[in-house]
Amino acid sequence: MTTTAKPDAVGVARTRIEGRDKVTGAARYASEIPFTELAHGWLVLSTIARGRIRAIDDAAVRALPGVLTVLHHGNAPRIKDDVIGALGRPDPIVEVFQHDRVPHAGWPVALVVAGTSEQAREAAEALVVTYDEEPHDVSFDADKEGAYVPQDAETVKGDVEAELAASTVVLDAAYTTPEQHHSAMEPHAVTVRWDGGRLEVFDSNQGSKWVADDLANLFSLDLSAVRVRSEHVGGAFGSKGLRSHHVAAVMAATELQRPVRIALTRRQVFAITGYRSPTAQRVRLGADADGRLRAFAHENRSMTSTLREFVEGSAGFGRTMYDSVAHHSVDRVVPADVGTPTWMRAPGEAPGSFAVESAMDELAEKLGMDPIALRVRNEPTAGPISGLPFSSRNLLACFEEGARRFGWADRDPRPRVRREGNRLIGTGVAACTFPSGAAPSTASVTAEPDGTFTVRITAADVGTGARTALTVLAADALDTAPERVHVRIADSDFGAAWVAGGSMGTRSWGWAVMAAARDLREQLTLRGTEIPAAGVTVTTNTAELIAQLAQKERYAFGAQFAEVAVDVTTGEVRVTRLLGVFAAGRIVNPLTARSQLVGGMTWGLSMALHEEAVRDETFGSHVGADFAGYHFAANADVPVIEADWVPDEDPDDPVGIKGVGEIGIVGTAAAIANAVWHATGSRQRHLPIRPDRVLLAEADRAGHDA
Amino acid sequence: MSPAETSTSSAVTLNINGEKHTLPVDHRTTLLDALRERLDLTGTKKGCDQGQCGACTVLVDGRRAVSCLQLAVAAEGREITTIEGVAQGDRLHPVQQAFVELDGFQCGYCTPGQICSALAVLEEHAAGWPSAATEDVRPEAGPPPLTPEEIRERMSGNLCRCGAYVSIVQAVARAAAQTTDGAKEQVA
Repeated sequence: MTTTAKPDAVGVARTRIEGRDKVTGAARYASEIPFTELAHGWLVLSTIARGRIRAIDDAAVRALPGVLTVLHHGNAPRIKDDVIGALGRPDPIVEVFQHDRVPHAGWPVALVVAGTSEQAREAAEALVVTYDEEPHDVSFDADKEGAYVPQDAETVKGDVEAELAASTVVLDAAYTTPEQHHSAMEPHAVTVRWDGGRLEVFDSNQGSKWVADDLANLFSLDLSAVRVRSEHVGGAFGSKGLRSHHVAAVMAATELQRPVRIALTRRQVFAITGYRSPTAQRVRLGADADGRLRAFAHENRSMTSTLREFVEGSAGFGRTMYDSVAHHSVDRVVPADVGTPTWMRAPGEAPGSFAVESAMDELAEKLGMDPIALRVRNEPTAGPISGLPFSSRNLLACFEEGARRFGWADRDPRPRVRREGNRLIGTGVAACTFPSGAAPSTASVTAEPDGTFTVRITAADVGTGARTALTVLAADALDTAPERVHVRIADSDFGAAWVAGGSMGTRSWGWAVMAAARDLREQLTLRGTEIPAAGVTVTTNTAELIAQLAQKERYAFGAQFAEVAVDVTTGEVRVTRLLGVFAAGRIVNPLTARSQLVGGMTWGLSMALHEEAVRDETFGSHVGADFAGYHFAANADVPVIEADWVPDEDPDDPVGIKGVGEIGIVGTAAAIANAVWHATGSRQRHLPIRPDRVLLAEADRAGHDA
Repeated sequence: MSPAETSTSSAVTLNINGEKHTLPVDHRTTLLDALRERLDLTGTKKGCDQGQCGACTVLVDGRRAVSCLQLAVAAEGREITTIEGVAQGDRLHPVQQAFVELDGFQCGYCTPGQICSALAVLEEHAAGWPSAATEDVRPEAGPPPLTPEEIRERMSGNLCRCGAYVSIVQAVARAAAQTTDGAKEQVA
């Protein structure tokens, strides 16, 4: 081991280790690993939204060219239905072909397997399934029966009603966000085979050990009998956990005893891989004349399925963001005959921040205060609900730096005063925050005889740059050059580790890698310099280290600035500038961290202006479940976006990394909506800010002015 | 009629990256599936299979095309370039190099399509083709300046969900500057 002082690799911009493979087409994703005798599976999804399967006429389909098998509830093997995995009970949609009930449109009712994908698709489309249809309800109304408050979904401090009554200025406004879809560019896909008594799964997921263990438990297999690998993942954003295609593929590979691949179509991805629930939110704020909050009340309603409770916890946003004499926040859920929603980039915080940060802007307007000054006035010194200290909270530094760069001081606060031809110009601002958690993970580091090191951890690189970040973290911990460190990830055989989710990946995995590297260095010091042919390996788990962490409010923060141009003749909103300044702990790789933040802000722009999945209440399924019907931001929709950060250190934190995957989307839509108000003088409280909504607001103004 | 020639399949010869491949294909097989499933050229990606995302973009006779909307049997006799044929051996094309250096991708799944599109954008621009962002579209106006607006517009057939557009635009601009400089050097 080298002992000469070397510059840190952490903090230096570094291109992705797999960059060359990705730009030359050499990187292989889940459905791109060749196998002889590969069979292709095609899922058949229900065409009704609720009812029972009366019959599946598979005989005719089995006779079609190339068809190998047809699996459905009448012939599929039984699997366990009470599995509790690393992230709770899997969505019951994974328990495919176990009964004749159809709980929502697009429920998987059969799998057709054939020699080629063309044969499988033709046979799947030819399969006749008859149903006994029952009435369904996919609506999301406040007064719908069955709405309830889930466990731990409500916090109360003080008397909000009394404080509202005592406030000089009160704001009471309702906001909505629509159903949104992850739309990772790589549709979910899996290839499964039995190999020497072991189930081998080539997957696209956010956590290979998580998927492996859930699969093993569902099929009553030893945990060691399942190996899941997920080398490259073409985007995930919360949607790539265990899904129905995994289970169906295992069933088929088991029956046929040959490799089976299932690659979902884009339309199927919309139907069966989860989505972000729509939200309906009400925010009530009461303040003294100087802007200090007396009352903060945030009520949120989201949708869940009849199968599993999923809460889009938007009401959580304010619990750490703003202090107030009285504080109330609650999430309610409404079950409907729909697929279960799931985590999608900044679950809770993305829609929650839209409502709260819009409301703060409205309150600032009512108070005649600068919106940044209002936030400064309400900056808490400790967790508003918990009373715990913040590990670090550098929100105001973000506003300061952002305001300086954006030229905020020169802004005329009056709305509708800047016009360029048909376009009204405005600027807006919003705050953002996202939790910074850590979860136990296992990493091993091997000192090889040739002087290099091999790191193994079941991390996932879903485009975050995790592979590269872990390499430089390991290099610094080993006091060696990154070129001498080989990081291997995304293989369930490497042991349990946190998933790529919750902005906790780099923090959790990096911690484990650094801990294992430190333990290895100690071992090597004791052993001397000679490394045996098999190398010296140390495996470390961080459970104990994480348990020792002091109780604090651990969050990243940021300030989002937006400039928009609103064409009052077409109603089109164009974002012309976005700037985000973040306090997100230690930045491991500035190049890829900036990409994460800019990517999140791009999502925020897309959420503000474009994304909206619409359900047909008659059929219970999506209208236009494709990239024409569901538009997310294309290149021409996106202007120059700048993301940067301020120093954000916590001397008590052993890793100091906070995570940058999600905070970029938080607050962005509010900053844009606030800019639209500044441009036009009209509030846009419902996303996306479509041209028709802008034109209606303009017509309203004209009506009032007339 | 060979065994490959039936009412539902034909033998085709595809010219891909300068190499000829003769294979029997199901008439329903798209060029994209022939590349991915039959020829193990998996660099070309399937993002939507319906011409909306651009991940499957390849060059057909020098022009960009979405390979999911083209049948393999219809591609016979065409010169097809996929992402695997863009680099010169170990030497990355300037567009590829710029994507790596400026982090013009994250998950990498739309990247081959973005790069193939970018190659065509540079050609189309050099040939004077206007876009919706072009202010002066008169033929005699010549190629418009390749501004960020021009690049955004011309690259909008390729979706990227990770949100890498900002650096994609920078990468295409850098590659354009380099290839133009290269051309100037050659002329000089």
